Amino acid sequence: METNRTCFRSGVRDGIPIALGYFAVAFTLGIAARNAGFSAVQAMIESLTNNASAGEYAVFALASAGAGYWEVAVMTLVANARYLLMSCALSQKLAPDTPLRHRMLVAYDVTDEIFGISIAVPGRLNPWYTYGAVSVAIPGWGLGTFLGVVVGNALPARLVSALSVGLYGMFIAIIVPPARKSRLIAALVLISFAASFVAGSWSLLAGVSSGAKTIALTVAISLAAALLFPVKDGEEAQA
Amino acid sequence: MRIWIYILISAAVSYLIRVTPLVLIRREITNRTLRSFLYYVPYVTLSVMTFPAILEATRSPAAGALALLAGGALAWRGGSLLQVALVCCGVVFIAETFLI
Repeated sequence: METNRTCFRSGVRDGIPIALGYFAVAFTLGIAARNAGFSAVQAMIESLTNNASAGEYAVFALASAGAGYWEVAVMTLVANARYLLMSCALSQKLAPDTPLRHRMLVAYDVTDEIFGISIAVPGRLNPWYTYGAVSVAIPGWGLGTFLGVVVGNALPARLVSALSVGLYGMFIAIIVPPARKSRLIAALVLISFAASFVAGSWSLLAGVSSGAKTIALTVAISLAAALLFPVKDGEEAQA
Repeated sequence: MRIWIYILISAAVSYLIRVTPLVLIRREITNRTLRSFLYYVPYVTLSVMTFPAILEATRSPAAGALALLAGGALAWRGGSLLQVALVCCGVVFIAETFLI
């Protein structure tokens, strides 16, 4: 049985690459925030309370256009709707008797990356694993935004380019091992790649936000897989 | 002042989206289709977000493609999260020396 302490430690270990990637992404967010008239402290607080790159970009863009409060609320909802889906999946990953305070704390940083590693742990999720990852990822995120506002474009573009791919590297590290074990998951990964590519290049969908496309494709492909290949009891724990 | 209200609104909305399912769905879902759906969601959504976005995250799409291949090969051989992430960053950094 893993103790909370060892879970926290492995969370910290897995949170390090997330922190690096977050720093790079947050840095570019900070530049957008400065252009929207946010101070470094305001931008950092926006980052520490939103934890969402696309959502924050949208808020900065709306703020610089002087948008209304309702517009900001609706846009935040749309840009972050995929986290609703992720939280649903996470609710099944936690032990049913997980106390309310842990549920509320885990919810704080449900992002693509923290969700990705939390859902990938074998068996049930110990919230302390997530806290470990968040404890290193969040400083990277907040500091990156702060420095993005302060020093703007001082970081070389080459470095930003290299760092920004780190987050995708993590996604690859999460999806490839189960795809190796299961042909069905391997097929789902390839189908998802192809569908996402088509949705991204199809001119009819040019006006649809990438967040909305992610949700639509996730629901459609996962639902089709669930109907065609329902998971047997106990099979979930293996992946 | 207006900016602080923007921050407050976006913070509240983002948190509510995340906390609602975690707090409301306390029991294990027994419906097999719904269970299967939630089981497939992570793989599908991470795949959808990875490709072709990895090609657009870098300044040169070819560098992103190389990172995908190198990272995929390493993950296939059991590379850890940190190793795969660092290899992807390294591949892009080196590849863009030649490609740009």
